[in-house]
Amino acid sequence: MIRVVLPYHLRTLANVSAEVQLDIAGPATQHSVLDALELCYPMLRGTIRDHVTGQRRPMLRFFACEEDLSHEPPDAPLPDAVASGAEPFLVIAAIAGG
Amino acid sequence: MSGVRVLVGTRKGAFILTSDGKRQRWDIDGPLFGGWEIYHMKGSPVDPNRLYASQTSGWFGQIIQRSDDGGKTWHQPGTPPGEPKTMPNGMPKGESNKFVYDTSSETGKPLTTHQWYDGTQHPWEFKRVWHLEPSLSDPDEVYAGVEDAALFRSTDGGKSWHELAGLRGHGSGPRWQPGAGGMGLHTILLDSSNPNRMYIAISAAGAFRTDDAGRTWKPINRGLKSEYLPEPTPEIGFCVHRMALHRSRPDVLFMQLHQGGGIFRSDNAGDVWQEVRGNLPTDFGFPIDVHAHEPETIYVIPINPYPGRYPPEGKLRVYRSRTGGKEWEALTNGLPQENCYVNVLREAMAVDSLDSCGVYFGTTGGQVYVSPNSGDSWTAIVRDLPTVLSIEVQTLP
Repeated sequence: MIRVVLPYHLRTLANVSAEVQLDIAGPATQHSVLDALELCYPMLRGTIRDHVTGQRRPMLRFFACEEDLSHEPPDAPLPDAVASGAEPFLVIAAIAGG
Repeated sequence: MSGVRVLVGTRKGAFILTSDGKRQRWDIDGPLFGGWEIYHMKGSPVDPNRLYASQTSGWFGQIIQRSDDGGKTWHQPGTPPGEPKTMPNGMPKGESNKFVYDTSSETGKPLTTHQWYDGTQHPWEFKRVWHLEPSLSDPDEVYAGVEDAALFRSTDGGKSWHELAGLRGHGSGPRWQPGAGGMGLHTILLDSSNPNRMYIAISAAGAFRTDDAGRTWKPINRGLKSEYLPEPTPEIGFCVHRMALHRSRPDVLFMQLHQGGGIFRSDNAGDVWQEVRGNLPTDFGFPIDVHAHEPETIYVIPINPYPGRYPPEGKLRVYRSRTGGKEWEALTNGLPQENCYVNVLREAMAVDSLDSCGVYFGTTGGQVYVSPNSGDSWTAIVRDLPTVLSIEVQTLP
């Protein structure tokens, strides 16, 4: 079971609380976690990754276990603590003014 | 008794204002989609309960929202509550958020770059939907004008979107360039007498017309002026702020152009334009609209181009022409006539079609004004919303 923490606006869009839990069959990677997230919450398609390129949107970053994973390869394994559910995978939005 | 529903898009959410035909007492609903930019909301002319909204964010991208009950509830088309979240092949839905430029050779000409501010070529990049225009005959058909400029259409109620690639494939696309606010397709006018004819406008490429339902397009900018272009009569490159027409005379167009341009009209479907600035205090402004029952009565809100793009002399004045632009009168009754430095953006004016035509506009200061008597007097429905980006009005039975 993977735990994913979403920023406020995506929580309201998906109508979920701060943390969602996902079951993933294969290895836990950014790619597989986000695929599973979008499968459960299709309204989030395009909001975290670009629809066409699949790239992370520029004003979002990914963290886990106090590490910035934003620039890691999408198919690289996530830390064991994320794969086991001990630590969440964090989707963090850039700070906004106004 | 008939009434009105005013759809207000703001920088931080949407609001729906409703009233009876007197338009004196108002109910305010909102914010909807709080914290998101709502560039535009509009209802279907054939089903007033069907509303579309463009919800957008520089952080999270583009969301299309739809209501089938007049704004009481909303969902992303294709993913309504309680319905399967995946398609039969197992792929998630969410296609309503997906705007992908068509570069296939079968449907258009591959076109990947446009002109950037410095004259170099720049990739076409989807940013947001500026305008949603529901079809005049089918509530499930809706057009979307987007930034970077292109025209999309949905025929399934917003579930999926496909580009009408002939517009960008016109041939002038590599010479289109953005204005300060981006390269947005912001105006979509449908011809109620000819389903094959449509007009669009792009900042800062100009106006275009199709006569074959969007397959091919021609620029319609002859007669326009610009102080930002080196050629005297270029084919494209004009920063059109807004166009409007009266449904009964779809060949007569009115346009508010950028400064150095002014107010223009065309009596031949855009083939040639003539300036109709008359006695207006400035040539600059954003919205323009036409009275619901008087095709020669038009409204603009002049703004000082310099120094600050706010109302001249700090007086908020709507100008009305009852002569198709020849002469103009300032409408001030009920509007602030001192220390007013708001702006009114291009989408932020609309009219209703009650017997006594109502005129509405919203400001960057968060006020929404209504005149239930064609502009003779004004009152503020609300005064403290976020910056108003768009106003549309539905006249309800």
